[in-house]
Amino acid sequence: MVDITTELSGLKLDNPVIPASGTFGYGQEFSKIYDINILGSIAVKGTTKNARFGNEQPRIAECTSGMINSVGLQNPGIERVISEELPELQKIFHKPVIANISGFSVEEYVYCAEKINNVPNVGIIEINVSCPNVHGGGMAFGSDPQRVAEVTRAVKEVTRKPVYIKLTPNVTDIAEIAVSAENAGADGISLINTMLGMRIDIKTRRPVIANKMGGFSGPAIFPVALRMVYQVHKAVKIPVIGMGGISCAEDVIEMMMAGASAVQIGAANLVDPFICPKIIHDLPEVCERIGIHKLSGIIGTID
Amino acid sequence: MREIKFEVAENKKIARDIYRMTLIGDTSDITAPGQFVNIKLPYQYLRRPVSVCDYADGELTLIYKTVGAGTKFMSELSKGSNLLALTGLGNGYDIADAKNPVIIGGGVGVPPLYGLAKKLLEHNIKPSVILGFNSIEDCFYGNEFKALGFDVKIATMDGSYGTKGLVTDFIESCEYAYVCGPVPMLKAVYEKVQDGQFSFEARMACGFGVCMGCSIRTKNGFKRICADGPVLKYSEILWENS
Ligand SMILES: Cc1cc2nc3c(=O)[nH]c(=O)nc-3n(C[C@H](O)[C@H](O)[C@H](O)COP(=O)(O)OP(=O)(O)OC[C@H]3O[C@@H](n4cnc5c(N)ncnc54)[C@H](O)[C@@H]3O)c2cc1C
Ligand SMILES: Cc1cc2nc3c(=O)[nH]c(=O)nc-3n(C[C@H](O)[C@H](O)[C@H](O)COP(=O)(O)O)c2cc1C
Ligand code: FES
Repeated sequence: MVDITTELSGLKLDNPVIPASGTFGYGQEFSKIYDINILGSIAVKGTTKNARFGNEQPRIAECTSGMINSVGLQNPGIERVISEELPELQKIFHKPVIANISGFSVEEYVYCAEKINNVPNVGIIEINVSCPNVHGGGMAFGSDPQRVAEVTRAVKEVTRKPVYIKLTPNVTDIAEIAVSAENAGADGISLINTMLGMRIDIKTRRPVIANKMGGFSGPAIFPVALRMVYQVHKAVKIPVIGMGGISCAEDVIEMMMAGASAVQIGAANLVDPFICPKIIHDLPEVCERIGIHKLSGIIGTID
Repeated sequence: MREIKFEVAENKKIARDIYRMTLIGDTSDITAPGQFVNIKLPYQYLRRPVSVCDYADGELTLIYKTVGAGTKFMSELSKGSNLLALTGLGNGYDIADAKNPVIIGGGVGVPPLYGLAKKLLEHNIKPSVILGFNSIEDCFYGNEFKALGFDVKIATMDGSYGTKGLVTDFIESCEYAYVCGPVPMLKAVYEKVQDGQFSFEARMACGFGVCMGCSIRTKNGFKRICADGPVLKYSEILWENS
């Protein structure tokens, strides 16, 4: 018997497989096609203080082994997420979930974290720092170590739940940002969010997506994500959730060897809605084949 | 929604760049005309959404136009090849409130209307059918509609077949229309009819309602083309998205 359990800040997971924020909604659609309780946890769609419609159409562009999305954080706002979406999810998913929060100012992150703090089925708060900072000249929070520390500290003050900072890969030194979050009190690091990308329709001579640029994800970004997880794991002592392009059990093991305590599956859910159960099913078999008896024993074992 | 492994029974060119593919496989998740399937192709990351043209127990017909690498690949599939598709996607046309409907289709928007026409016929509703194409080489399925006993009017932009002009030229007064076609056509038809149902397209990632990639504004709040559509009611459509 292979032990595929893992742990995040005291939270025991049956397995390391967690659908990534924005690719699983609030679980309702997936619960109709498989038993979602087999999942390690679920990272729900990013929530902002106010409801957001998001960006204009088109929002999706295909790439070689990946996709670009510019959904633009469409969500019903924190109040409705707390009063409707999370309670509804609790009825069908009986484990702690990861609540993903976005904001355009420190106050907005704090506002949402404070509200989420009282939601019983939230096990971890994941702070997405990829949004532009409207008070800081529009540069993403996540590309400035000082701003990341500021958000981390402010959020930690209003919640008892573990706080994971979800980093954007669109920076020169990812380890520096991670260390800054750790020093400010973060309980863990999630990475990577999407990479900034673009496609042009050569017939119309216009960008494919209305917003011109968007978030690139899928198998094409896996090597970059793996490299960053490796660098961050080396630089911090807190747990790391690894994601970016994972699409099979082998990818999960590779990501964990690089330093991830658990993983998130994003775009893969969209092209194969049954990918998470498949990966969970395959994990013990693949572990066995390569002589792993305890999956968590391989975390960050690469020099 | 399930993923079904289909087998290609026929894949035939029926007009310029237009192919009809007949597939053998489980169609039990398909519940209404106007729904779509989302096809997995080996060399493309995202699936390809294609409307259900016609369906019966164990048989599915799709009609598609080759516009890029994915549909080109589909056109080269030979009899006996396998094709994986998520089925039972989208709402489809609601035939309940059809009073005295007209079916209006343009180009590659015609296929789902064929399945709809058959369904309406089963309920003893016999709408007239208006189809629009660019040119004679692009025309398809006029005869298939006629074979079912429908009164079919065809317009071509260049006048090479049927009447020269647009589908809207045939509309005098219309209470209720079932429509599918390019957005400019949908909009032009919308202006000339009193009520109806309109099928929309969007760039999709998932096709089953979780990514918000296809979300648009309507008079009743946002809707996901893939899960709340692709068919929208006249009364809810806002054109500012397109
Ligand atoms: C609900 C729905 C039903 C459809 N029904 C039909 C049908 O019955 N027959 C038919 O011929 N076509 C239909 N289409 C359009 C069809 O999905 C596209 O023509 C096809 O995806 C093009 O793929 P490609 O690889 O050949 O083109 P490419 O241009 O190379 O595709 C690149 C990307 O853009 C997307 N894309 C390109 N054109 C469209 C489009 N018009 N709508 C949505 N996504 C697009 C592709 O899916 C892919 O992700 C439908 C689209 C939707 C949304
Ligand atoms: C359609 C879509 C929506 C996303 N929405 C969010 C979001 O709301 N919040 C967030 O932190 N990340 C969001 N992401 C990023 C993913 O959670 C993940 O970090 C990224 O896609 C990399 O993983 P992948 O390659 O497996 O997709 C989104 C990704 C996609 C594809
Ligand atoms: S394509 Fe994902 S929600 Fe419609």
